[in-house]
Amino acid sequence: MGDTTLKQDPAPGGGAFSLADTIRAVEVDLRILGMLVALAVIWLGFHIASGGLFLTPRNLWNLSVQTSTVGVMATGMVLVIVSRNIDLSVGSMLAFIGVATAVLQKNILSDIIGFDHPAIWIIAVGFALIMGAILGGFQGWVVSYIGVPSFIVTLGGLLVWRGASWQVASGQTVAPLDGIFRLLGGGSRGSIGATLSWIVGIVACVGIILLLVNKRRQRHQYGFPVRPLWAEIGLGVIACSAVLGAVAIASSYAPLDRALGISNPVLILIGVTVIMTFIATRTRFGRSVYAIGGNPEAAELAGINTRRTILLVFALMGVLVAVGAVIQTARLNAATSALGTALELSVIAAAVIGGTSLAGGVGSIPGAVLGALVLQSLISGMVLIGADAPVQRLVVGVVLVFAAAIDVFYRKRTERLVAT
Amino acid sequence: MSRTRLRAFVPIIAIVVGTMALAACDSGDDDGGDDGGDGLTVGVSWNNYNEERWAKSDEPAIKAALTAAGVEYISADAGSSAEQQLADIENLIAQGADALIILAQDGTAVLPGVQSALEQGIPVIAYDRLIEDPGAFYLTFDNVEVGRMQAREVFKLVPEGNYVFIKGNAADANADFLRGGQQEILQEAIDSGAIINVGESYTDNWDPAVAQTNMEQFLTANNNEVDAVVASNDGMAGGVVAALEAQGLAGVVVVSGQDGDQAALNRVALGTQAVSVWKDARDLGKAAGEIAVALAGGTELGSVTGAIVFVTPGGNSMSSILLPPIPITQDNLNLVVDAQVLTTEELCQGVTAGSVAACG
Repeated sequence: MGDTTLKQDPAPGGGAFSLADTIRAVEVDLRILGMLVALAVIWLGFHIASGGLFLTPRNLWNLSVQTSTVGVMATGMVLVIVSRNIDLSVGSMLAFIGVATAVLQKNILSDIIGFDHPAIWIIAVGFALIMGAILGGFQGWVVSYIGVPSFIVTLGGLLVWRGASWQVASGQTVAPLDGIFRLLGGGSRGSIGATLSWIVGIVACVGIILLLVNKRRQRHQYGFPVRPLWAEIGLGVIACSAVLGAVAIASSYAPLDRALGISNPVLILIGVTVIMTFIATRTRFGRSVYAIGGNPEAAELAGINTRRTILLVFALMGVLVAVGAVIQTARLNAATSALGTALELSVIAAAVIGGTSLAGGVGSIPGAVLGALVLQSLISGMVLIGADAPVQRLVVGVVLVFAAAIDVFYRKRTERLVAT
Repeated sequence: MSRTRLRAFVPIIAIVVGTMALAACDSGDDDGGDDGGDGLTVGVSWNNYNEERWAKSDEPAIKAALTAAGVEYISADAGSSAEQQLADIENLIAQGADALIILAQDGTAVLPGVQSALEQGIPVIAYDRLIEDPGAFYLTFDNVEVGRMQAREVFKLVPEGNYVFIKGNAADANADFLRGGQQEILQEAIDSGAIINVGESYTDNWDPAVAQTNMEQFLTANNNEVDAVVASNDGMAGGVVAALEAQGLAGVVVVSGQDGDQAALNRVALGTQAVSVWKDARDLGKAAGEIAVALAGGTELGSVTGAIVFVTPGGNSMSSILLPPIPITQDNLNLVVDAQVLTTEELCQGVTAGSVAACG
């Protein structure tokens, strides 16, 4: 999506370099750029307001872990919303999957194969993912094959899964969880350490450079205009230093005499983001989703199996909810039926802040993850400076509407540009 | 003119007929025996009997108290429906209940049912949850006292230092009752400067994950210089302990809770949580049974043994009994095992042998 938005006039005109020309030359998505600027402003603001606490390795490390659950689920919500649907059930489904997986670990598997058996976490995670696919897929089936609007189906899901999560353990908190399973949630041992983090960082860097080179070669091959070389190199340098900078920060945080490095939930979030971006932009399925969102009738006429695609979108959402449930319960080392209450709102808000349009057809996955980061930065920052829950809601609500308004404004402006 | 007059008489006639019917009922019962309690019936309207607690703890205790007094027990389950509960109340009255114990699904929606029962001279006990009607008797645990106990136990261990307060949901009146009780105990030490409030936050929906995130931020803000956390319930205490664990502070920082959750009691045994304030539902059930027998036998609301006047948030003065809860610490863990809240095995999972008396 990002690279198609501004392609009508790629060559900067004339000799003098203005900021607009530079941005156009680099072909960076303005919406993502805007969000990065907003994030920088928020971070700096909280850093000053908290007396220098926000931009510390410790707070940034915590922030990244706190973002991962909503971030993972937001990537799926993008596709749901792009396909002109909505999923209100994700918070309740997270609780249901979380409690069921916890009961499986603590009450069933530990009786069969023994407490803290090394296979427990694999079975538990596999169970969670399959359960997510089934629950999500079922909702998708009712939406696409029966034809009940997704708002209603998932509103039902919101109630049903919450009730089911209560029934599974009679409202009891299920804890503690399996030792290895807990590592998936971060915590003092749930990260990969400094050495591995640097390896991951360098691999990511090489990947980014290869991607840029490959894209440039392909554009040459098909005769498309390419970015100026300086822009290409600049982009690579900025992306690489951002990655390595993040690794450096993560590796310098050592609360218990051990450098933590990148935490497992963040690693999962990065993996999910890459895979979901690939699915959304590089696969037939992903393109179908955007086509359906843009114009369902046209997509149907073009031979896309819209029903099956919508079912798969919801099943994928369910799998991502399961990933979120694993991270959340592992991090808390417990599962209760209260988990994830109203979380659907955060997930939808993250997608919207990240530029997903509720009208369908438009939305970017990295944008949604950034949206989740903006949202969590606001919440965590406000706790840090001592603002209580009601104030947090007030600010988040205003930011949400503001972000959506900017999006509408931006889209109208580009439409006008295209029209003239 | 004459029509309106007639209409005005309708309720009066209804009451007269109702009273006569009741009187007939009573006299019929009296034929059965001379014993005061004999022949009486107490009806219990559950809002949702599926919840484990009611079946496991409350109902047996109510039944035992009624049986001891020779009173018959009848019940109905509304299955979480406020409308069904209204119908249930009518049914229980029709079955001849002389007193009602109502666990309200919705304290406001149930009012018409309560009022019609009171009009028929049937006393009503608002069980565990408030029903805003001054004609009813309110029986519950003392939530302000729960807050006091949490603060008292934490204060015993940490008489001075930095305190964090993890409160409940901002929209829930209980969250502020608890916080109020905590403040009562700690006010003096806060005024003298011995205790410093270094962080305080409501927790959306009492969600443990939110409590965990908030606790992480409080630890960051204070560079880990936190000595005690007064958490208002056990779920949130779990989130707090998870946040402390990540900093190697679990068991070092004193944490409170409430509910007697299995996981929390295990933490008390492990030493990562100092106290879980426990409300023994069997005490509540026993009291309800005894009060119901007294009221059914004609005792006035205000004359029930131990009754006090409680001013509700809605401004009503209600005859009430607010039972004191029990703070569970490592020293009295045997109480919850004896009450079969959990087994010794569940309580002592991961506990080093010999470190806690209840675990042997």
